[in-house]
Amino acid sequence: MAVVINQELCKGCKICVKNCPFQAIDFDEATRKATINEKCTACSVCISKCPFKAITKDESDEVDLSAYKHIWVFAEQRDGELMGVAKELIACGRRLSRDISPETKCYALLVGNNLDALGQEAIEWGADGSILIESPLLEHFNTDGYTKVICDAIKEYKPEIILYGATHIGRDLAPRVAGRSNVGLTADCTGLEVDLEKYKAYCAKETTLDLSTLEGEDPDDKCIKQTRPAFGGNLMATIVSKKTRPQMSTVRPGVMSKQERVPGAKGEIIKVTPQLEESDIRTKIIKIVKEAKEMVSLTDAKIICSGGRGLGGPEGFKLIEQFANKVGGVVGSSRACVDAGWIGHEHQVGQTGTTVKPDIYFACGISGAIQHQAGMKNSKLIVAINKDPDAPIFGIADYGIVGDLYKVVPMIIEEWDNFSTAL
Amino acid sequence: MRIIVCAKQVPDTSEVKIDPKTNRIIRDGVPSILNPDDANALEEALLLKDSQPDTEVIVVSMGPPQAKDMLIECLAMGADKCYLLSDRAVGGSDTWATSNAVTSLIEKVVEECGPFDMIFAGRQAIDGDTAQVGPQIAEKMHLPQVTYVQKFEISDDKKVVTVQRQLEDGYEIIEVPTPCMLTCIKELNNPRYMTVSGIVKACKADAPIYVKSAKDCECDLSKVGLEASPTVVFRSFTPAPKAPGQIIQGEDERTQSQNLLAKLKEKHAI
Repeated sequence: MAVVINQELCKGCKICVKNCPFQAIDFDEATRKATINEKCTACSVCISKCPFKAITKDESDEVDLSAYKHIWVFAEQRDGELMGVAKELIACGRRLSRDISPETKCYALLVGNNLDALGQEAIEWGADGSILIESPLLEHFNTDGYTKVICDAIKEYKPEIILYGATHIGRDLAPRVAGRSNVGLTADCTGLEVDLEKYKAYCAKETTLDLSTLEGEDPDDKCIKQTRPAFGGNLMATIVSKKTRPQMSTVRPGVMSKQERVPGAKGEIIKVTPQLEESDIRTKIIKIVKEAKEMVSLTDAKIICSGGRGLGGPEGFKLIEQFANKVGGVVGSSRACVDAGWIGHEHQVGQTGTTVKPDIYFACGISGAIQHQAGMKNSKLIVAINKDPDAPIFGIADYGIVGDLYKVVPMIIEEWDNFSTAL
Repeated sequence: MRIIVCAKQVPDTSEVKIDPKTNRIIRDGVPSILNPDDANALEEALLLKDSQPDTEVIVVSMGPPQAKDMLIECLAMGADKCYLLSDRAVGGSDTWATSNAVTSLIEKVVEECGPFDMIFAGRQAIDGDTAQVGPQIAEKMHLPQVTYVQKFEISDDKKVVTVQRQLEDGYEIIEVPTPCMLTCIKELNNPRYMTVSGIVKACKADAPIYVKSAKDCECDLSKVGLEASPTVVFRSFTPAPKAPGQIIQGEDERTQSQNLLAKLKEKHAI
């Protein structure tokens, strides 16, 4: 696809610079050689003009983009169970496929052994069909085997887009597949759109992007616009891979929503026989160990349940602990409780305690003194539960409940499982 | 033994601030650091060197000339040599192009220093958080890989490595033959501090930090840099500012709780 100037053959005659219709060739005064810049459209005019045959077009990776059709979702399964993120991505893939064209389909790509039931289940979660790649060698995830069979399937079936869950498996597999297929891969996307109007609507809601900058874009270009955070969430970028197919993205669990399961839904099942030998797989799994999550520290915690003076006494932390256990969180505390001896200093959040940045910070009976805020105000979501509607904590909370924490927290514990979508 | 460690100099994202007027990242005054996961990668290599002193630890990196500061830190921690690929031709590379460029650099290192037994890399860098370059270097070099390594052992004959690979709900124990690529997480070890004598040595003019150009590494220019990168930044922007908080209503505590959890679910927080 790319036009390249062989720097050793280039004599610096500048003929190509003059002949380029797109001002895409620069002359480097330092080296006295011509170089191609980003304006190049690969039109190839320069190739015939060069008297020294220094310019060539690399045809090897020329791809016919229109040959790539349909969306695949890598439907990750572990021990015969479909992962939650697979269900979410099937719903997402289905939505995107309809936005591309009525003929575009969303397929679940299942890799493993004895996958018939899972193939059917994926269809019930919204896939138009399931592609099954089965072998005893693929029973458990292994990088070499999975990469090989998926890359072979890509070559044969040419999907336009592949979505992977950004799990420990998806993040091991997807870069390897992208590397071998020589295509772009965008990690940990939080927004995916193919339709320009829908992309604009997304940006209007979630970002500060000036929409007028999108006016020149082609509304018929259905390339996937993949939005992801960078620099610790301080900046966001939308990434496209216009030159290569398939376009590939990973998405973290919980970012997309699954759709209602439709029992008995019908769809196409495609069985692909993998070309795989035992010797293709260089790693050997000795043992798979399941373990409950260890108690994590405040700084690493995804969820923190913190108690304050409003607890009224040390026994209040029993409720906070129950709460933390339920939500998979860690117990935090305001300084007042530590000073009163209700709980150990290691739990203290705030300027003189630990600075935290969890996904959710539950502040229960905490008024929200400045010194406490300094340690937790960068939490992604802050939920405050306090009797006093004027407590400063409500000023920085995303959600607040004005009420008695001893009545509210037990209800949250009771209702939690009805809402939580754990991985 | 010879171990290659892939390291990257990154802005300390916990210090990054946004200019409220322009919505741009303020880079001035943001310290540059050795990427945290890469520090764990280097530490594991140094631990091996501690137990087997004939081990050579070589750090490779790609970045602007000032990435040398980070390599000085690596030397001061105990690395033997550092190689930096620094060239405008590789600037703007995405992960695919970066892995091509770093692969060329590693091939150059092999040419100058000899073959390696292992490559340690950090799982991911905190500026991009992609976790792609390690596996993609392994792919380009046809090496087996294990990612998310939280425990490491090597056989006496140095032919087989046994690692624990972290999973969301536990871990796997995996055997992999050398040479291989292992990407490391912070559970693996606690990176050591620089020593004073190490700092003195690392700051000398003749410290073993070798800066290479794309030409030195014989990079294929059609596979590195901005133009060669398959992914392109379409638009970049800051997230929408935080909406003002909301008091959750409801006739009783149960309804309030349900309404709250529904909101959290809507935000994909639970």
